[in-house]
Amino acid sequence: MLFDALLLQLGYNATLVAIGATLLGVSAGITGTFLFLRKRALVSDAVSHATLPGVGIAFLVMVALGGDGRNLAGLLLGSAISAGIGLWCLNWLTRNTRLAEDAAIGAVLSVFFGFGIVILTVIQTLGVGRQAGLEGFLLGSTAGMLWNDALVIAGGGAAALLLIVLMRRPMTMVAFDPEYAAARGISVSRIDMAMMGLVMAVTVVGLKIVGLILIVALLIIPAVTARFWTERSDLVVLLAGVAGGVAAYVGAALSASAPNLPTGPIIVLVSFALFALSLLFAPNRGVLAAVLRHIRFQRQVHLRQGLLAVAQEQLIYEPLTLRLLRRHGLLRADGVPTEKGRARAAKALRDEHRWALVRSDQSHEAAAAMYDGLRDIETVLTADQIREIDNLIGGPKEVSA
Amino acid sequence: MTLELARDNGMPTATNGTAALEQSPFAIRGLTVSYGEKPAVFSVDMTVEAGKMTAIIGPNGAGKSTLLKAALGVVPPVSGRVQVFGKPLDTQRARIAYVPQRASVDWDFPTRVIDVVIMGLYRELGLLGRITGRHKAAARDCLERVGMADFADRQIGQLSGGQQQRVFLARALAQGADLYLLDEPFAGVDAATEKAIIAVLKQLRAEGKTVVVVHHDLATVTDYFDNVFLINTRKVAEGPVSEAFTADTLQAAYGGRLATAQVDQLGVAPVMGGVY
Repeated sequence: MLFDALLLQLGYNATLVAIGATLLGVSAGITGTFLFLRKRALVSDAVSHATLPGVGIAFLVMVALGGDGRNLAGLLLGSAISAGIGLWCLNWLTRNTRLAEDAAIGAVLSVFFGFGIVILTVIQTLGVGRQAGLEGFLLGSTAGMLWNDALVIAGGGAAALLLIVLMRRPMTMVAFDPEYAAARGISVSRIDMAMMGLVMAVTVVGLKIVGLILIVALLIIPAVTARFWTERSDLVVLLAGVAGGVAAYVGAALSASAPNLPTGPIIVLVSFALFALSLLFAPNRGVLAAVLRHIRFQRQVHLRQGLLAVAQEQLIYEPLTLRLLRRHGLLRADGVPTEKGRARAAKALRDEHRWALVRSDQSHEAAAAMYDGLRDIETVLTADQIREIDNLIGGPKEVSA
Repeated sequence: MTLELARDNGMPTATNGTAALEQSPFAIRGLTVSYGEKPAVFSVDMTVEAGKMTAIIGPNGAGKSTLLKAALGVVPPVSGRVQVFGKPLDTQRARIAYVPQRASVDWDFPTRVIDVVIMGLYRELGLLGRITGRHKAAARDCLERVGMADFADRQIGQLSGGQQQRVFLARALAQGADLYLLDEPFAGVDAATEKAIIAVLKQLRAEGKTVVVVHHDLATVTDYFDNVFLINTRKVAEGPVSEAFTADTLQAAYGGRLATAQVDQLGVAPVMGGVY
């Protein structure tokens, strides 16, 4: 069943949802990355919650005009307007009051959301049956998704991507170094506005599938997931797009494979799974890598200290140091260094002298920066360079046994 | 005392003349900047001399960095105007290279050293231009000039403070500007970096560029700079180091914050009238 779902074999609606969700996931992941790099991730939460009053009011207006209150384009237009007002309030509060942005986000988010709920409740009491699923905007509802809905999502997502391709350089510069960007004549406030416009577009477009409460997850989780795997902002953007797309596609397929699985929340959970995997297993920034690195580092330190102690004929007390030296065959059980141990110890001491010279010489700065007391000097300098240094140090020092 | 100083200093630069305004690479008139209701910089005029190295000095919180930032529009000024090479600032942005304080950015940002330098080529690249080997070579040249070529592919978070500062300078060099404005480039950097930076700045001066540096180390002012600009919210003095960097002007800018012994060590002209 899941396999069928992944291959888009579960019928028209499921296929439509899967394709729409994937497009949304990609554009949300990419848009969210810039927000994340700009350190304004939570602004998207305020924006998404601020859409709710707009949905309700748009419904009322369309009904009052004698139309169908459920017209998606109309509802989305309403939500965009009210998100825009929310964003404006947020900016105004941060710029003109002493409120910090996080406090302003809390204020805007809760007030707009509360107001939206009031309007939805009022609509419910007006005429039963006519309001039909406005609550779907809270957590998304894909059951009755239409071809036109998918088109709206595709159009919005494509527009957002196009704008990002155009704006990626100034947006990256503003995210990294806003002062420098401003000095170069880039209008930081305008770039921020464009960024927020993108977030608004993605949020509005995503209302139907994941709903306003969870859209923040689609914007932010892929970016933090991608950040685990690379140190380059352009790759973070790309990977976030991939992670967002994959999570949305798999999530949509999963939710279609069994009855009563909500699409939006499942997508968020899949996205979280990708995040958790990255958190644990990413090569450099992952938790596991950090733990392993620490253990390896600790052992290297002990081994190195042990060797230097051997070279200088000091006594070693640390049990771990002794254990490591013995395991590497550098120390006999009775604590006397082996032949190999003496040789390694002499080399360690000599490397210390070499390093001391490298670190005091400005021309070796890049190499000196690699010094951590552990690294073998051969991995940093060429054999010729080392010979040169050895000439300066003088002949090999006697290491007494 | 302060007011008298400003009048008596006999500064050679015509600080208010239109001619100076037209010729100066960087001229500020009546600049006031305020955080909240308290002015950080008040009605400051500054006329930077072309082809020289000028230090902006003053005590902590005197508005040194703010002056630069506001003049460049990085923070909004309350009043004042700025002319760059005799023309409005916004028409001359391409000729200005600004080096912000190192601490103003997050060094865990996902980017490599060379990517930061390539940001200096922003105008050349435009919005959609592809980064080619030529751009990378140009960026590497700039890294070479600050002695950071070996670091091109490192993640910026792995750099020491001094190295970060040199990367920022390399980014400014990549712009190929005529006017260089640096905010505290020597703050908290190692001696090697300080030497590397000052060498680059002197080389820029030799090429006829104009360099303005927000500086905090009074001991090196005489060695490094041609001109000084002393500020303590208001302008205190401006001119060649030999004339404007005196015990008098320092006393006026720093007040009691500068011990007499420190002033003595700087080897500047003694206070007139035997205040001590």
